Amino acid sequence: MSARSQTRLWLAQRASAAVLAVCVLVHLVTMIAAVKGGLSAADILGRTRGNVLWGAFYALFVVAVAIHAPIGLRTIASEWLRWRGRGADACWLAVGVALFALGIRAVAAVVL
Amino acid sequence: MVMREPDLLQVDVWRGGSNDKGRFQTYAVPRHEAQTVLDVVTWIQRKLDPTLAYRFACRVGMCGSCAMTVNGRARWTCRTHVGKVATGNRLQIAPLANLAIVRDLVVDMREFFDKWAKAGGAFTPTASRRDDFARVAPASPARREIDAAIECIGCGVCYASCDVVAWNPSYLGPAALNRAWTLQNDVRDGARAERLAAVAGDAGCHACHTLSACTERCPKQLSPTASIAGLKRMTARAALKGEL
Repeated sequence: MSARSQTRLWLAQRASAAVLAVCVLVHLVTMIAAVKGGLSAADILGRTRGNVLWGAFYALFVVAVAIHAPIGLRTIASEWLRWRGRGADACWLAVGVALFALGIRAVAAVVL
Repeated sequence: MVMREPDLLQVDVWRGGSNDKGRFQTYAVPRHEAQTVLDVVTWIQRKLDPTLAYRFACRVGMCGSCAMTVNGRARWTCRTHVGKVATGNRLQIAPLANLAIVRDLVVDMREFFDKWAKAGGAFTPTASRRDDFARVAPASPARREIDAAIECIGCGVCYASCDVVAWNPSYLGPAALNRAWTLQNDVRDGARAERLAAVAGDAGCHACHTLSACTERCPKQLSPTASIAGLKRMTARAALKGEL
C-alpha cells in the first residue's frame, strides 16, 4: 500500500473517531434513559420503527465503526503480531465489510 | 587524620553481543562527588578492564556519541550524574535498546542514521552561490518551529526509548522525523514535496502513537512528539488537497 493510501487510512480513522465520540455518547445516554424510564423492548421498537432520524443516526454509527475498527486492528496486528502486507490488508477490508453488513442488518431490524 | 575510604559503586556492565551472546559483569568503582556515568565507564576501562568497548567524544553533551541505557533508561552518560541515577550504590549500564549491539556498550548506529536519509534528512538547496543570502525572519512561525526542534545532537536516546520502533522496525523514529520537520519548515529547501511523501504512512509520522517517551527522555529537551504532530498536520493537509 502506498504512503498516500496509508495517510488516507489514518485520516479516515481520525475522522471516524470524531464521529464515534458523538455517536457513542448519544447511544449511551439514550440507552440509560430508556432503561431508567422503564421502557420494554416492545416500547423501544415502537419508537424506532419507521423513525428515519434514528435510522440515519445508527446507520452513520455503523459506517463509522466499519471504517474505524478495521484500521485500528490493522495497526495492532502489524505491531503486536507483525502481521502486515496485502493478505492482512485484504483481511481487514473483509472485516470492515462484515461489520458494515452486520451493523446495517441490525439497524434495519429495529427501524424497518 | 584518617583518610576516609571512598564509597564503592557496584556497577553491572553489559559485556559481549546481544541477548544470549552477552551478560552483565559487575565492577567495583570508587564513588566521587560530581561523578558522571561516563566517568564510571571510563574508570572501568582504564583501571579494571581495557577490553571494555564504549563510545564517547566530547564529554560535554554536544557530540551525541555516549548514550547508553542506565538503570533501564536511555541517557547521555557524559551529562548524567551518578548521584541522580544510582539506586543505593548500584548502577546498571547497558547499550542502547532498539539497535544492534556491536560489542559491550557500543551499538550499530547505521540503522538510526539510514532512517534519517530515508526521511529526507539532507537539505536540498534551491539557490546557487551567486544568489543573495536568503532572508528568513527569526520571528516567522516557520523559523520558530525550526528553532524548537533544531538542537538535536543525534544521540539516539529517543530512538532507543520509542516503543513504536520496537514494534515496527521500519518506523523511521523520532529523531529522523524531527529532522524532517525542521527541513519542511525551511523556506530555502527544494525537496519538501518529496520529503513529505517519505515521512507519510505506516513507516513514517502516522505510526506514532504519541506515547511521548522520546520527548520525556530527550536530553536536549526537544519534543519530537510535537514535530511528528506537525508532520501529521502537514501530510493531512497535503492528502486532502491531493498533493501527497
